[in-house]
Amino acid sequence: MPGNAVKLVLAWGFVGIPLAWGVVETALNALKLFH
Amino acid sequence: MALLPFLDQKRIVAPSGYSRWLIPPAALCVHLCIGQAYAFSVFNLPMTKLIGITKSAPGDWKLTELGWIFSLAIFFLGVSAALLGRWVEEGGPRRAMFTAALCWAGGFFLSAIGVYLHNIWLIYIGYGVLGGFGLGIGYISPVSTLIKWFPDRPGMATGMAIMGFGGGAFIAAPLSVWLMSKFSSPTHAGVAETFIVMGIIYFCFMMVGAAIVRVPRPGWAPAGYVAPTQSTKLVTRENVFVYHALKTPQFWLIWWVLCLNVTAGIGVLGQASAMSQEMFPGRVTVTAAAGFVGLMSLFNMGGRFFWASVSDYAGRKNTYFVFFILGIVLYAAVPHAGQIGSVALFVVCFCVIISMYGGGFSTVPAYLRDMFGTRYVGAIHGLLLTAWSMAGIFGPVLVNYIREYNVTHGVAKAQAYNVTMYVMAVLLVVGLLCNAFVRAVDARYHMKAVAADDEVEAAPVFGGR
Repeated sequence: MPGNAVKLVLAWGFVGIPLAWGVVETALNALKLFH
Repeated sequence: MALLPFLDQKRIVAPSGYSRWLIPPAALCVHLCIGQAYAFSVFNLPMTKLIGITKSAPGDWKLTELGWIFSLAIFFLGVSAALLGRWVEEGGPRRAMFTAALCWAGGFFLSAIGVYLHNIWLIYIGYGVLGGFGLGIGYISPVSTLIKWFPDRPGMATGMAIMGFGGGAFIAAPLSVWLMSKFSSPTHAGVAETFIVMGIIYFCFMMVGAAIVRVPRPGWAPAGYVAPTQSTKLVTRENVFVYHALKTPQFWLIWWVLCLNVTAGIGVLGQASAMSQEMFPGRVTVTAAAGFVGLMSLFNMGGRFFWASVSDYAGRKNTYFVFFILGIVLYAAVPHAGQIGSVALFVVCFCVIISMYGGGFSTVPAYLRDMFGTRYVGAIHGLLLTAWSMAGIFGPVLVNYIREYNVTHGVAKAQAYNVTMYVMAVLLVVGLLCNAFVRAVDARYHMKAVAADDEVEAAPVFGGR
């Protein structure tokens, strides 16, 4: 259903974007181990 | 709950065509917020300088006083999950998520007042007690709902939510630091304002989860999924009433399985930075150690999703066997990594160990589902979380005291953790044995089947069959 697809994109984006931002921040921090 | 009818369990039954893939983001809305608890330490240093601002002044709080805030929150997580599990299960996920949002945000607001008035007891009660209740209720609120929506992949579903708890700190730590930088001034630390803003953000975020969440209609099953009609050796089709689960050996065996797996992981998680620097003096710097901690956090989060998903195919008992056997080998290998000076082996060992620590948390709800059925799995999971509270005390104490004992008895710092690693390996041997003894729950503990409205009314019987 198209309505469901929009809801899914919004819901996953709502939690996925901040989580991805946090993971990238942490990964950048973790890179210091290899410097 | 007549005043708030939108919280009613019957109002959140999913309409036809509702996608079950909306449930994991609903669960993540809650778990990403309460996962902030792991990042609370970023407030510790600023809160030791609320009066002195640039450095601690007479009357400022000490780190030892502030350490109690996190400990209280984790203690009340266990207490609330154990005491309120049945209430959460019977009232449905929306009421639980709403209550968790009120407690969690309320804890931040009360703590903001505590910072403003410089009264640490308000923070203990706010973040520690009220926030702790938010943690406990929020943690278990989506578990059984996810299992009902994903009977074909219960491990993966709960793994996604519990992964969010691990990932919440990734968002909270930089967000807290950024907010404090915006609210601080030469005469003000900005902690109270940060608490208020975070309370508002978390309340809104968790309410989105509460708004999205739905429970499946009775008898619903995913397309193409055929529920097994018979219980198998380690996956039951029956249900066990929450308090009757406590009378089964299976509950206590899994309690020890979780407790020992977490004890082994949590002890090294808190000491990873110091341990890496002391085992490899001059080679692992403070900055590199911070990177190592970040890397371990990523494996902690990733392991929650990976291992729980693997358990859907390998089986729960086998997955825990992997945790224990691989854990024993890796813990025993760590002193060897120190002896040969291999930082790479050390890092690999701990990253895998920490992934299994996270995997232990995320695989256990599905293990409980397999043993005790779906009906009260959230409540039983709540009772099991007392194992986490216990491990939270024992793990760090074991690592710290054994290291301290060795150092005071003349052992070089680089070798001071060797005994600890062997002790952890022995703990995992005990966990391996507990896991080996897990068998199907005796039929006399099963609930009597009810014909209609199984979600709302279920009649527990004990000893009836």
